[in-house]
Amino acid sequence: MKTNDVILQTVAKVVVFLILTFSVFLFFAGHNNPGGGFIGGLMTAAALVLLALAFDLQTIRKVVPVDFRKVMAIGLMIALLTGIGSLVLDVPFLSHTFGHFDLPLLGDTELATATLFDLGVYLAVVGVTMTIILSIGEDH
Amino acid sequence: MSLLHFAILAPFIYAIAVPFFRKYIRGVHTGWFVLPVPALLFAYFISRVPDVQGGHKELSTVQWIPSMDLNFTAYLDGLGLMFALLITGIGALVVLYSIYYLGKDKEAIHSFYVYLLMFMGAMLGVVLSDNLIVLYGFWELTSLSSFLLIAFWNERAKSRYGAQKSMLITVFGGFAMLAGFVLLYIMTGTFSIREIIGSLDVVTGHALFLPAMLLVLLGAFTKSAQFPFHIWLPDAMEAPTPVSAYLHSATMVKAGIYLVARMTPVFAGAAEWFWLVTGVGLITLIWGSFSAVKQTDLKAILAFSTISQLGLIMSLLGMGSAAVYYGLSDESALYTKATLAAVFHLINHATFKGALFMVVGIVDHETGTRDIRRLGGLINFMPITFTFALIGSFSMAGLPPFNGFLSKEMFFTAALNVMHLEIFNVETWGILIPVTAWLASVFTFVYSMILVFKTFTGKYQPEKLDVKPHEAPLGLLLPPAVLISLVIVFGLFPNILSYRIIEPAMASILPSLLMPGDIFEVKIHFWHGWTDEIFMTIGVIALGMLLYLLLDRWSGLYGKLPQKLTLNTFYDRGLFYLDRWANRGTRSYMTGSVRDYLIYIFTFMILILGYVLFRTDSVRWYSGELAEISIYEFVLVLVMVAAALAVPFARSRVTAIILVGAVGYIVTLFFVILRAPDLALTQMIVETVSVALFLLCFYHLPKLKKEMSHMRFKLGNFLVAAGVGAIMTLIALSANDTRLFTTISDYFVEGSYELSGGKNVVNVILVDFRGFDTLLEIAVLGIASLGIFAMIKLRLERKNPAAALTSSSKPDKGSKRRKGRSA
Amino acid sequence: MEILMAFAIGILFMVGTYLILSRSLLRIILGTSLLTHAVHLLLLTMSRLKTGAAPLLGEKAGTYVDPLPQALILTSIVISFGVTSFFFVLAYRAYQELGTDDMEQLRGRDDE
Repeated sequence: MKTNDVILQTVAKVVVFLILTFSVFLFFAGHNNPGGGFIGGLMTAAALVLLALAFDLQTIRKVVPVDFRKVMAIGLMIALLTGIGSLVLDVPFLSHTFGHFDLPLLGDTELATATLFDLGVYLAVVGVTMTIILSIGEDH
Repeated sequence: MSLLHFAILAPFIYAIAVPFFRKYIRGVHTGWFVLPVPALLFAYFISRVPDVQGGHKELSTVQWIPSMDLNFTAYLDGLGLMFALLITGIGALVVLYSIYYLGKDKEAIHSFYVYLLMFMGAMLGVVLSDNLIVLYGFWELTSLSSFLLIAFWNERAKSRYGAQKSMLITVFGGFAMLAGFVLLYIMTGTFSIREIIGSLDVVTGHALFLPAMLLVLLGAFTKSAQFPFHIWLPDAMEAPTPVSAYLHSATMVKAGIYLVARMTPVFAGAAEWFWLVTGVGLITLIWGSFSAVKQTDLKAILAFSTISQLGLIMSLLGMGSAAVYYGLSDESALYTKATLAAVFHLINHATFKGALFMVVGIVDHETGTRDIRRLGGLINFMPITFTFALIGSFSMAGLPPFNGFLSKEMFFTAALNVMHLEIFNVETWGILIPVTAWLASVFTFVYSMILVFKTFTGKYQPEKLDVKPHEAPLGLLLPPAVLISLVIVFGLFPNILSYRIIEPAMASILPSLLMPGDIFEVKIHFWHGWTDEIFMTIGVIALGMLLYLLLDRWSGLYGKLPQKLTLNTFYDRGLFYLDRWANRGTRSYMTGSVRDYLIYIFTFMILILGYVLFRTDSVRWYSGELAEISIYEFVLVLVMVAAALAVPFARSRVTAIILVGAVGYIVTLFFVILRAPDLALTQMIVETVSVALFLLCFYHLPKLKKEMSHMRFKLGNFLVAAGVGAIMTLIALSANDTRLFTTISDYFVEGSYELSGGKNVVNVILVDFRGFDTLLEIAVLGIASLGIFAMIKLRLERKNPAAALTSSSKPDKGSKRRKGRSA
Repeated sequence: MEILMAFAIGILFMVGTYLILSRSLLRIILGTSLLTHAVHLLLLTMSRLKTGAAPLLGEKAGTYVDPLPQALILTSIVISFGVTSFFFVLAYRAYQELGTDDMEQLRGRDDE
């Protein structure tokens, strides 16, 4: 898929970063506001898809030189490990906890182990979506 | 996690490393790396003996699913410890033996040791678990590893047959046992064996008492190869000999014995338990020893001998259960002797039978055959092996001064004692028990003699052997030497065992006969004086010698038995017809057309849901307060319905896809209206990414053709579709007014912030309350994406039809349209 | 509103089912998409509509709508995305390899 749309490409360069930033915001907002791993992951994937539509798949491969299947595997692994981690601490599988910490610069911050699990979800969703899109896109 | 848990899990963990030893250190036999595991575990369990002897019972729990009462509870008491010592002790010897038995270059020894370690861990899990469900899991794992080990030489058809047979029979029993466990749970509300024993008053007299007992016994009988389920054990002898020695004589087949012993406190005292365990045990005993005599394969003799000895132990446990009926009284002491004999013989059998299996393995290894018609006169070539065989067989036959003599005497004592029982209608049939015991002992004597003398004495027949026999290497001789010395030591000094092992084990089997802090007093005497038992033994030897010497005269009798009525024929036929009927039945409705299947599914769905709705009278109009409709929402609904209805009439691909997309976006709007911001966001992005997906796929997709089908086809489809639509409308209407129980959502709303620190309830449910669902969900997503990747990247190679066949089976997973792909 | 939604859901189910029963692969895939939408709306409607604020505790509202169906639907949306794309690829790969998208011609052989 080769496109030469200058306007789309120019806009995409800017918008992609906006969407990416927004997706990260959505991911972190997830615990208290709409958002979370699923939405954040999909949003990130959407940004990359936009890049793919504006340029082409080779560009994506160059700009984001990661194997998305590995991203997916890492995500799954993180999610699973947070579950196993609770077993090691002698509480049932996938138990979560949270606490408030006074961090420099950020002030009183709530940290929850559920966010770690959500990070796994996020990575898995990005990996899955991109694997699907890239596989189909490269099929000729 | 205690050290005990680690002891159970250690073999599993270590098994992961085994293939790497094989791959990177090829110069050294992998067995040497495996050997430390059972050896160290054995040392650990030995170190626990004084503890357990002092009455201390270790109990430690790792929570697994506490809400369902499923916990990985490790429990070490006398019975468990005795089995653990057998498992690790014999395990260490078998691993040592296998190093010399299996060549490191020719065989797939890494798989062998992985399976063996898996078995070891599973078996330890069975005997050290207090939770019945965990026990069941380990129990099936032993069946599985046994399956893998029997089929170790899987290029042989007989190995595969034997493996499948053992698997089918033991798993069938295991499943029945699981049902029995569930019944016990229904009665007591707990899966913990200790707690079940603690709430005996609920169990006895309960309507489910008998079904639970029968189901649990089914599991025990299939596993321990009791009549009529014994038929898998002879076929299991296709496994390599170390496996036969380990799994199919010393440990796994005793899991059934373990279960009966473990469950004795729950079920004993009932007449059914007494008669079933004793009766089945005695039938197995006599049938096994009778069948062993006619075998010509050395391992087959040992297999039937194992069956019969397992029957002996089983019947002893049955007789011992009579003691529970009497409770704490002098009379019960008479019958606890049977339990004592069972425990003692269990150990003895493991020693002499393990040694004999190893001896047979040596003969097989050094001569290339196990057929006694081809063997003979080996005494001159293998004097040491002969000595082992002689001692092992004499112990098995119950001759002094070996340990088998002691336990056989005790068996006779128990059988004679039981005759005096005045309960369970023993008066009428009781005489059969000692008679059967005595007759079976005669046959045991005969096959023991066959085993040793037909192999090692008589005429040497070099023309029938492929290789010239010679004495085995030291490594093969050492493990049986250890076992044989134990046979002698236990025979001469049985009380080494009695305080340390037997007394605690008996205390676990018969806890109701002990005052707190009390122990069983066990003292085994070698000589009792001129009692009935000694005369019975003399009778056994006399008649046994006679039968052995006249073997050629009467063995023709075996040929007269009807061949068609054997249990094996029954099993083979049953399997054959089951396969055939299942095939025919399936073919009658599996037409290969996806539409037909869907029609079945939808029709049943309509009928069942419709029936339930009308039967329970739950079709009703809304009664409660309804949400208001704005004109805007009304229009949205109309547009959505119109877009959906237009899809079947769309003539081109783009139109159809756009229409479905429109429905999707309107659903997004509904999510906004209906206060679901997370859903709206997600749905919107998904729809957008999907559009990109469609665009990418577009190039490859087929053109949408007009449906070329009959009116009847379409009408049928329409009727089914309309039915589904109507039913779902009814469900949507009635679901609102039907609240079977209070919603759990309030818990989530209230707990969200306090328990999980999140204010977005939906997200908290996803990552915390229902995190397990989410974990599996992303796993499913991953599988789907890998499926897509595989379908696209791993193209069929048309030039090479063989490769095309293998790769075509990979991409289709989990799809209803699987059939179409390989057409 | 619930009654209106119930009928809309019924129609979505009807169209979805009809499409699934047809012979063309593409129609079947679109049918599954419509069924998914129908199920989502059904789940949402079953828990009563607009009974409170969105389930965000930061809103400080007295009552919230039922969060549980929303969590279920969120899972389902993402899954259905994966499944739909899987179907798409399965369909077009089958079409490429076998040259037809007619389900009746894609019947399995008898010896399978």
